Amino acid sequence: MSKTLFDKVWDAHVVDTIPDGPQILYIDKHLIHEVTSPQAFNELEARGIPIARPDQIVATADHNTPTVNQHLPIKDPLSRNQLEQLTKNCEKHGITLYALGHEYNGIVHVMAPELGITQPGMTMVCGDSHTSTHGAFGTIAFGIGTSQVAQVFASQSLLLKKPKSLRVNVNGTLAAGVLPKDVILYIISQIGTNAGTGYFCEYAGNVFEEMSMEGRMTVCNMSIEMGARGGMIAPDQTTFDYIEGKKFAPQGDAFAKAVSYWKTLPTDPDAVFDKEYHFDAADIGPMLTYGTNPGMGIKINAHIPETGDMTFEKALEYMDFKGGTQLLDTPINYVFIGSCTNSRIEDFRVAAHYIKGKQKAAHVNAWLVPGSQQVVKQLQEEGLTQVFEAAGFTLREPGCSACLAMNDDKIPSGEYCVSTSNRNFEGRQGQGARTILASPLVAAATAIEGKIIDITKTVKI
Amino acid sequence: MEKFSTLITTAVPLPIENVDTDQIIPARFLKATDKKGFGDNVFRDWRYTNDGNKHEDFPLNQPQYANAQILVAGDNFGCGSSREHAAWAIVGYGFKVVISSFFADIFKGNALNNGLLPIQVSPDFLTTLLKEVQTHPATPITVDLEAQTVHYKTSGQEIKTTFEIDPYKKVCMINGYDDIDYLVNSKEKIENFEKERVIFK
Repeated sequence: MSKTLFDKVWDAHVVDTIPDGPQILYIDKHLIHEVTSPQAFNELEARGIPIARPDQIVATADHNTPTVNQHLPIKDPLSRNQLEQLTKNCEKHGITLYALGHEYNGIVHVMAPELGITQPGMTMVCGDSHTSTHGAFGTIAFGIGTSQVAQVFASQSLLLKKPKSLRVNVNGTLAAGVLPKDVILYIISQIGTNAGTGYFCEYAGNVFEEMSMEGRMTVCNMSIEMGARGGMIAPDQTTFDYIEGKKFAPQGDAFAKAVSYWKTLPTDPDAVFDKEYHFDAADIGPMLTYGTNPGMGIKINAHIPETGDMTFEKALEYMDFKGGTQLLDTPINYVFIGSCTNSRIEDFRVAAHYIKGKQKAAHVNAWLVPGSQQVVKQLQEEGLTQVFEAAGFTLREPGCSACLAMNDDKIPSGEYCVSTSNRNFEGRQGQGARTILASPLVAAATAIEGKIIDITKTVKI
Repeated sequence: MEKFSTLITTAVPLPIENVDTDQIIPARFLKATDKKGFGDNVFRDWRYTNDGNKHEDFPLNQPQYANAQILVAGDNFGCGSSREHAAWAIVGYGFKVVISSFFADIFKGNALNNGLLPIQVSPDFLTTLLKEVQTHPATPITVDLEAQTVHYKTSGQEIKTTFEIDPYKKVCMINGYDDIDYLVNSKEKIENFEKERVIFK
């Protein structure tokens, strides 16, 4: 029978099927961080259960870490305690930890792929909904709750019902200035924030085939924002080239053997999906969100809908926008370039390309937060750090930062922030903060101009 | 995990769609390393102003809804972050059931793993129930997990609906079992799977 990419990877990991119930799915890699793991460690300890496979777990500190002065002790006692707990738990159980300051430290969904931990055909989980990012490699990767973190600790497996299948096809040519972030914001604006609930999504079509791995990660990252537990893209030569030579990637003959397996994974031509959407790339423009969920998106030069339901009215009131108006020329005081959606080297290359030779608007507070120490290193090696500094920007140290505002990187109440992150929920970036989601290019242009501008008129790349 | 059988209690209306887990428990409260105390901050920024004063018009702050153990919320409840702290906060506040017309996947799983029953009902039933709870806050609502029904009486008339639940999860909820028990008992099968895997790992 014809199989989808998802079927092939899922079926290869089924340990057992409970009659009329879920399946036991084997997990290859388990990523953990300081916020969603401590209660799981406590749970196992309380029950006297050992960690089943510590060598298949990788830990990093990212959610609750400062993005300045990481070499100094953390001031907030609660945050310090949470990070100390992670260190203690990892030491006790023999789990690899990339703590603050380590050369491999970074946002969990940035550091794992760039180290070659993420590979096609794997099952990966993490106590973070944006684990869907790793699907860019043809990996079944999804976010789990802390009870499930404990389950994976205890058994290296999870009890799950196989989700339904969904495919989103985008074909055609993207216009200048349209980035992967715009593609996914466009898709969510078209199908809504719960169209994917109960499904695992595959992205297909020449638009994704032609994307870099960084771009594919941006797309898969936001699968959860349309409700899908995960999103996948078929592994191809772009995937193999990205992985080859990475620290934890298979080497030599093992790599060749792996590639020959990975090549068997793409969806069979006649496989059938439970639900399918088709979009034309030419219909996509640079996007912005005007509301308080990622589905409330419009093209940068479009008008906010005139009217809508109660959710729409509530969102506009929170954002202090009016139906029927444009967002162009809205003055902006805060810009955030970072998060597991857009903090990879390519995102900063795009921003630097636009910024080079220009100056940041004086009133803009721009927080540029690379996703990992490896990205910081690349920025220095490529001379991009100097480009940003010459334009009046300061790069911060890696972490989740203002995406969820768990640390001190909070947008003040009532302020707009043009942000490359993934969620524009009420208060997500700080109590009362108003988030406008955008691509790194739009964010960079906003930081230079101090207001939202129509980049379709100026950008030629 | 606490066992769940039948619950008869009042309900709180939250007629808002797409309630995300950042609203249920904002990230700044996720610094704890245990599961305690999250109930104090459930819906924090809807219950309180930035200065810490109560929003008197928010249902959870209204005396007629005190002690209710059912939360009735709008479509797509629990979307967003995977933080199980959201389930701990709802349970910590004292809720045992959430009724909505649609739940986000991860939240639903997290709820079931904490003895919190997410009940999906039709949009029509949800509208009727929300109206009932808003106009008659004292109406007792009965949730019968064994029979998979929700019912209540209004103006002498019985209003009733049935709901779906995964049979395995139903057994877990009724008996207070959790998945760790099951998985640890499946250790041999999992180890055999590891040994017998032929595909590239």
